[in-house]
Amino acid sequence: MFTYLVRRLIYVLPVAIGVSIICFLLVHIAPGDPLTAIMPVDATAEEQAAMRSAYGLDKPLPVQYAIWIGKAAMGDLGKSIATGRPVADEVFAAVRNSLLLAFSASVIAFPIGLFLGFLAGYFRDTIFDRLVTAIAITGVSVPNYWLGIVLVIIFSVQLGWLPSMGAGPGGSGEWTWDYAHVRHLILPAVTLAVVPIGIVARTVRALVGDIFSMDFVQALYAKGLRHSDVLRHVVRNAAPTALSVMGLQLGYLLGGSILIETVFNWPGSGFLLSNAIFQRDLPLLQGTILILSLFFVGMNLIVDVAQAAIDPRIKRS
Amino acid sequence: MSAATDTVVPEAPVITAAGYWTGVLKRFSRDPVAVTCAVIVLLLILSAVFAPYLGLDDPYKASMIKRLKPIGYPGFPLGTDEQGRDMLSRLIYGGRLTLFVGLVPVVLAFFIGSAFGLVAGYAGGRINALIMRTVDVFFAFPSVLLAIAISSALGAGIVNSLVSLTIVFIPPIARVAESATASVRALDYIDAARASGGGALTIIRVHIIGNVLGPIFVYATSLTSVCMILAAGLSFLGIGVRPPEPEWGLMLNTLRTAIYVNPWVAALPGLMIFITSLCLNLLSDGLRSAMNVKD
Repeated sequence: MFTYLVRRLIYVLPVAIGVSIICFLLVHIAPGDPLTAIMPVDATAEEQAAMRSAYGLDKPLPVQYAIWIGKAAMGDLGKSIATGRPVADEVFAAVRNSLLLAFSASVIAFPIGLFLGFLAGYFRDTIFDRLVTAIAITGVSVPNYWLGIVLVIIFSVQLGWLPSMGAGPGGSGEWTWDYAHVRHLILPAVTLAVVPIGIVARTVRALVGDIFSMDFVQALYAKGLRHSDVLRHVVRNAAPTALSVMGLQLGYLLGGSILIETVFNWPGSGFLLSNAIFQRDLPLLQGTILILSLFFVGMNLIVDVAQAAIDPRIKRS
Repeated sequence: MSAATDTVVPEAPVITAAGYWTGVLKRFSRDPVAVTCAVIVLLLILSAVFAPYLGLDDPYKASMIKRLKPIGYPGFPLGTDEQGRDMLSRLIYGGRLTLFVGLVPVVLAFFIGSAFGLVAGYAGGRINALIMRTVDVFFAFPSVLLAIAISSALGAGIVNSLVSLTIVFIPPIARVAESATASVRALDYIDAARASGGGALTIIRVHIIGNVLGPIFVYATSLTSVCMILAAGLSFLGIGVRPPEPEWGLMLNTLRTAIYVNPWVAALPGLMIFITSLCLNLLSDGLRSAMNVKD
């Protein structure tokens, strides 16, 4: 287990560096001078040159990268052009809200997805299986930003049951676990849960169906095991893969909630990102993407290690 | 005449081996869901291509007094948008850009990703490591995030959307192509071809492509629905197609303010995205089973 962990860590390092290089280069593939976003239109050549050296933009790219990543490693992601506040503060506050949303969506999605997928795999080729397959394919096909709007139309506009915007009664204040705040969480969390429900149900259905057709299940029955004991074996066999799919989905939820956060004005990382896009706030853009993608890399690492921890077959390979 | 020649040699039974594609077509045509979806997708594409000849209203013609009319309003079967433009016309014209930006990146990524995957899978060693580790880095981004990141860096516009979405879909296709190629590469007949003096390009062209293209193609079709949703999503965020072009994601965005006035008209563009993406997914599933491709 330990060697596996070390090997996995050695592998993740170059990926993380690659990710940071792409985030760094994002600013430089942007058409035009990165300075144009910051400088007033009538800035003189000297002013531009002064600004250029102040931001280190006169140095060669690899040097700029080294400086940027060095600071980033110390938790300094630069200052937002729009607000002047440190990017790191803005990003972490927003990521907290995104995590809250992503976890809530997972809490809704994973039990439903597991339940539907398991039953469909168990009752393979029945009406129930077809129904779950239909639900799953609808789930993965629906543009969730549209679904969010439809839910707002139904539950906020028509019925008036739930709020459509923000993360709390006073707009976007501190989050607390009370009725007024949770009400704001319901619609975005449900919207975000639909895609993972489809994916988890689909994967688990295929997985459970395959396991039931394996020889060892027959052998267990032949041995005289009770049905419930055989089920226990099947679940244990399905668990590692199901777990890794759910882990990856949690990562996707965090990175993929951008559109949903925009629909619901949820003050998370996606909302921050779309503001950064509109204000062409490049340091903020760069920092947000870096943090989100590194989080995703970390999530993948955790998933792999957890999978190896519960599945003895992986360590051997 | 000898006795031997007298014996009637039974004529060898003529085996008319039905071609692979005949079988695929046969199986596909027996799948009612897949056929229905193929017809719907075809109709959407045809209506988008031939939109100017369908006798529709001008999709750009705004009218201050006819804003946000409901579905079924005389002269506007699907109502009007926030600028009084005909929704039916805009939805059909909207298919042009949405389908274009939603499908072309997968086609481009199919060619580029397959090429990378074939080279990596066939060459192995350092070349494989170089290509696949680069792919891993792009894989480390959730696809939505990567598409938005590149699009927002490049700025809005159709070409930029195509570029960013193509970049998003190259790595997954390359990965599938690489593993398919590597598994074929390990088979004995490839060694035999090498032993008889076949060059790398010849072996890839003659012996490998035919065996790996099917799975890669099916995989690529399964990405079209995601690509559509992402492409429209970029426009929805304002970093894709620019107004006043009719495009489903963009229309969904500009109509968001209208959900209090005319909610169901506002939901129509998203419904189009949903129907298209659902059909693309079901079509891909049908192709997968018709072509006998396993995951």
